[in-house]
Amino acid sequence: MPGKLKAKIVAGRHLPVMDRASDLTDAFVEVKFGNTTFKTDVFPKSLNPQWNSEWFKFEVDDEDLQDEPLQITVLDHDTYSANDAIGKVYIDIDPLLYSEAASVISGWFPIYDTIHGIRGEINVLVKVELFNDLNRFRQSSCGVKFFCTTSIPKGYRAAIVHGFVEELVVNEDPEYQWIDRIRTPRASNEARQRLIFLMSGELQRKIGLKVLEMGGNAVVGYLQCFDLEGESGLVVRAIGTACTLEKLSSGSSTHTHPNTAPASNACNSPSKDGKEPVFGEDLPSSSGPPTPFRALPTSSSSPPPFSPSKPCSRQSSSSDTDLSLTPKTGMGSGSMGKDAGPLKTLLRQQTQTALEQRGASSSGLLLNAREFPFFTLTSFPSGFLLHVGGVVSARSVKLLDRIHNPDEPETRDAWWEEIRQEIKSHAKALGCHAVVGYSENTNICEEVCILSASGTAAILNPRYMREGCLDIAGSDHRFEDPSPSSCGFCHIPYDELNMPFPAQLTYCFHCRRQKVPDVLFTTIDLPSDAAIAGKGCFIQARLCRLKKKAQGEVNATAISNLLPFMEYELHTQLMNKLKLRSMNALFGLSIQISVGENMLLGLASATGVYLTALPAPGGIQIAGKTPGDLNNEQHIMNIQKRINDTIAKNKELYEVNPPELTEEVVGSPIPEPRHRSRLFRSHSESSDELSELDLSHGKKDAFVLEVDDTDAVEDIHSLLTDAPPPKGFHSCNTETMPGIYNWTSALQMFTSVRVLRLSNANLTNQALNKIFTDLCENLLKSFYFKLRSMVPCCLSHLNFSVAVPEEELIQVAVTAVAMTFDKDQTQEKPAEKPIMKGCSEGEEQLQFPLELCADSSSVNSQSSSRISGVPESSSLSTRAASVDYGSFADRCSTWLELLRLKAHTIRRGSVKTSRRTQSLAHSVSSLEHSSPITEGRSRLLRSSRSFGGSSVSVVKMTPLSFLPGTRIVKYLGIINMFFIRETTSLREEGGVSGFLHSFVAEVFAMVRAHVAALGGNAVVSYSMKDCVLMENPNKNQCQCLINVSGDAVIYIRETDLEAIASTVGLSSTNSDGAT
Amino acid sequence: MAVELDVFVGNTIIMSEEVYQLWLDGYTVNDAVKVRMDGGALDEFEANADVVQSDTMDQYRTFQMCERLLHSPTKLANQLLFQIPPHRQATLIERYYAFDDGFVREVLGKKLSKGTKKDLDDISAKTGVMLKSCRRQFDNFKRVFKVVEELKGPLVENIRQHFLLSDKLARDYAAIVFFANNRFETGKRKLQYLTFQDLAFCAGQLINNWTVGAVDNMVEDMDVDLDKEFLQELKELKVLITDKDLLDQHKSLVCTALRGKTKAFNEMEANFKNLSRGLVNIATKLTNTKDVRDFFIDLVEKFIEPCRSDRWTAADMKLYLTHYTNSAHILDTFKHQVVWDRYMGVIKSCIFKMYHD
Repeated sequence: MPGKLKAKIVAGRHLPVMDRASDLTDAFVEVKFGNTTFKTDVFPKSLNPQWNSEWFKFEVDDEDLQDEPLQITVLDHDTYSANDAIGKVYIDIDPLLYSEAASVISGWFPIYDTIHGIRGEINVLVKVELFNDLNRFRQSSCGVKFFCTTSIPKGYRAAIVHGFVEELVVNEDPEYQWIDRIRTPRASNEARQRLIFLMSGELQRKIGLKVLEMGGNAVVGYLQCFDLEGESGLVVRAIGTACTLEKLSSGSSTHTHPNTAPASNACNSPSKDGKEPVFGEDLPSSSGPPTPFRALPTSSSSPPPFSPSKPCSRQSSSSDTDLSLTPKTGMGSGSMGKDAGPLKTLLRQQTQTALEQRGASSSGLLLNAREFPFFTLTSFPSGFLLHVGGVVSARSVKLLDRIHNPDEPETRDAWWEEIRQEIKSHAKALGCHAVVGYSENTNICEEVCILSASGTAAILNPRYMREGCLDIAGSDHRFEDPSPSSCGFCHIPYDELNMPFPAQLTYCFHCRRQKVPDVLFTTIDLPSDAAIAGKGCFIQARLCRLKKKAQGEVNATAISNLLPFMEYELHTQLMNKLKLRSMNALFGLSIQISVGENMLLGLASATGVYLTALPAPGGIQIAGKTPGDLNNEQHIMNIQKRINDTIAKNKELYEVNPPELTEEVVGSPIPEPRHRSRLFRSHSESSDELSELDLSHGKKDAFVLEVDDTDAVEDIHSLLTDAPPPKGFHSCNTETMPGIYNWTSALQMFTSVRVLRLSNANLTNQALNKIFTDLCENLLKSFYFKLRSMVPCCLSHLNFSVAVPEEELIQVAVTAVAMTFDKDQTQEKPAEKPIMKGCSEGEEQLQFPLELCADSSSVNSQSSSRISGVPESSSLSTRAASVDYGSFADRCSTWLELLRLKAHTIRRGSVKTSRRTQSLAHSVSSLEHSSPITEGRSRLLRSSRSFGGSSVSVVKMTPLSFLPGTRIVKYLGIINMFFIRETTSLREEGGVSGFLHSFVAEVFAMVRAHVAALGGNAVVSYSMKDCVLMENPNKNQCQCLINVSGDAVIYIRETDLEAIASTVGLSSTNSDGAT
Repeated sequence: MAVELDVFVGNTIIMSEEVYQLWLDGYTVNDAVKVRMDGGALDEFEANADVVQSDTMDQYRTFQMCERLLHSPTKLANQLLFQIPPHRQATLIERYYAFDDGFVREVLGKKLSKGTKKDLDDISAKTGVMLKSCRRQFDNFKRVFKVVEELKGPLVENIRQHFLLSDKLARDYAAIVFFANNRFETGKRKLQYLTFQDLAFCAGQLINNWTVGAVDNMVEDMDVDLDKEFLQELKELKVLITDKDLLDQHKSLVCTALRGKTKAFNEMEANFKNLSRGLVNIATKLTNTKDVRDFFIDLVEKFIEPCRSDRWTAADMKLYLTHYTNSAHILDTFKHQVVWDRYMGVIKSCIFKMYHD
């Protein structure tokens, strides 16, 4: 019984009228955790009840604490009939379970009903008292921190990166149980919501256990997904990167190592799991000069056994349909997992050596790569990423059947195992020993399921590696010379004489020492120290393919037959669009393939950029098939002209002006534009030439498109239809926009969903393509128009997801953030700017001067005057007034948060004080909330309040890991919520659009409320994982499921930080003077 | 091929004031799109008709969802569904409760009942304000009326607090409530020339000086009901016209003061008794509810019209009324100075406002 959960129901407000006769409600509350339920008294005849209940105490196992949500149900008491439910609140108490995060959950939560939406709000207080449990065999993993953020969180340092963790749990979907036929939709929805809450709690706990076993204390880049497999069940799966994180605190660089002990303990007993500390790393500080004791392992490792049996296409070593063509589609072959057997034993041996090594290492910064050296991170401390090979991806088509035994989900496990093995082998083929920016997803249509995984093959810095690392592949000579960080990652990791795919290599345009490919595709973010020219831009390839309707295995085969073609075409499209923009690299590439009954949709999104280390891309040349035809010639010339114009325009638009090169330095002639090598629309043909090519020669050249059939003409047209963003706008799908460094603080996160119904049943592929392309383009146009008041601004992290919810419907959902930037400074070189991105930040800077202002009472008085007073206008000047939001309330709350934080650290554990400061933090509502007062008084209070202060604290949301102009001072825990909404009065709610609009707004509101209750003021790394919409307009019904996640944080504006520093300075000098 | 669903939701509310105004004015989505496109929305950011349509739809939906909250603006500040910056909240509320002077002029003094609501079609046709907008404005009046009806304390302050309106708008609403409560007649042809702002000013004068609230500020309806005791006391002023000596004395005092100061002196002298009778009669009759309703029409008929036919200027009017009021203080047998001041103070400022040259 290692934990005590306490909950207190304070009050409700804005409740719905439940009794038509009196226009009032007799509300009471049930508080349930596990199987224990408490009830409050009925508060009669009020829409704003004040229960002010006692503390309800639940004595529970910490395992339950992790799995179960606290369930609060608000009901209307009815003497004669059954009590009516008003709605529910589920509170995930996980954030209370680790010591550094929130200590209390307190605030107003929307009361949510799956049929009626939000119906009023309830004020709740929740606390947890944990007793230490030293049981080695415990099932819980309290204390492991989870982060959605795909980089090392701000304010932390990765002491050890342990590597990939994954887990999945399956269950029957309550929606498909027999009981669903007799219960109400509400009961069914609630059963589902609750189940998913439980499952994700369980999943998180299990992952946490794995992390503890590895000796880690956190999961970064945590990605959790639901597969609604319909009849065959419900799968919740998650992947992440296990780390040992250390908080950067005051005692700066003297790293005391509390983590070394448990970590080595775990490694001393490798029998359990076989963990291999493969490579360790020094402190990832960018400042330090490269330590010369590099290249320990070089001598031992020989060129890898290449296995080029599978043709790896250049960037996306594609779906390998040979795999999915086979009857494997039918049932998951359980044998796959065993392949890893011999590997494991090998690894174990290596563990021993690694351990010995580590005894000597002072920093103890180790990096463990397990069976799968995968990392869900997309950006890294500088110096960590050495070389990038290219995108690796794998897909397989599976037929779903009922999960017979939910406790043993091996089928799904085996499926994923299979895919991961494939990814690993692709990476190996590229000469890489690791995969970064790794992600997995599924797409389900009826009983067919496409599993996909993708990532970027990479070599991580060998300087940090321990001897005997399993996959030190690639040619060792590459490591002899530490490459400059601005171009090093572009250098090819594979052997140039034995290339896994045809590519044109040149010497790096930066250092002139290493070979680089002509283009580079990756799934990661642009490394912060990469040298680029101009700005980046959002590039999207879209594709529709018709498919015959079919069932079962036939269908699966048809789909897997189509997949490679789709991947190939998407790839070609991306390549063409990249050339059209005069760029040579793609970052953040994600390719999504979605199946419907009669079509497949493919959508590839990425951010294009010009890497100065890579050769300049040649133009695009159009070639006609029939030279004799004059008409045709004319036509082709026209197209060629248009293309050339577009390229020129784009160069200007994206400011792509690579520095001119002198021939002497190159030592090889700069390619003249006339000299062209013919590259057909396939890579394979040039492979035989390749060996003869003088590789030192910059043979990069025009990309030839052959106009031989209508398809090709279509392709070219679609190339040219992409409209550039209007003036003042930029867009990208990565964390930061390459080429823009001076963000201002205004931001607007948004979600947009569009569904198109195809009315014409007999569409051709071309017509479909056009429709799909227009859909995406129009969405972008809409965004630009709606956000025009924020100009100059950038749409960052544009995340498109496509679905085919039913026949003839195409659904596109987008989540992104618009951020303003200062136009004047955009020209500045990245090197001169403080880099926004996380880990390369000077770590000392990250220390937050919390302790400094600790107990100076003058700070307190200062702050209270700030609350009532006027905001300082000076520091707010640069903000765009139209969009940025109530800076005053905002600032107040950040100030208060800061104070709260401080109070917290000082008097931790003392309930009363922390509660007091907490209520202060909720700025104006504080009085009402901490002491329920009579209506008359509150009215009086209101009169004294001016309009300026809103009583709801502002919560910012962003899909990025940072908020410009601010510093994240605390991570409060992961937000992972799943909601179902259903209606039987669709028309009355404004049709599907009205229904979804309010649902999305409600989801935002609930996320914000949970964050605010944790004491946070922002959500970073926010994402909407799922948005499943099922409608039946004829029955006037609609159902929607939404899954969102993110990290709740407290941020402080940088201007406020300075203010604090100065205040502290002031007060200390004052006190000095006094004494 | 048709767009089945199209939504765009921001974490912070996204709205343009232009579209909000179109929504408030009662434009349908299609009409609003037309207006926006004619207004040049297409030139910006390469928008096309679909983009404008989609944007307008999104905003209309947002406004519709907000409307429920706008009915009780204090909720808007602490609701959780929409994240609305405080300055936006203020705009939303202020604009929602704003009204067309033309429309309000039509319903001023009418009972805010279902019956009146049925006449909105006619008012809409007459004023050119769209029916939807008329309904909104009418419902706003009714809602404010209902809420403040049962509250203690000053009317304007109550409206300001409960509906979070600006001072100016709260005063206008106070006037509307005051007119509706006392059912002042404002629709007669003779009163048509008065604007809402004229009448609202008069209402403000009445509220500040003649209601219960002017003497006691913690009574229910204090600013809505006229002070009965005061109205009773007004009967005492009758002596000014019934007592012949007093009337003559009053006249000679006023005439002495005015002589040589205005061109209209002769008309003033000739009309003095008539005018004085008119004003005092209005005062003495105010105990009757019916006569209270006719207050404004009486002022026009008994005082303003005669003066206007004699071509008094506004300055003449001021001069005359000032001396008329002040001279009464010198009358030694006239004992009701306090009541007289309280009465004439309001009458004076009302007439100043209502007398258009």
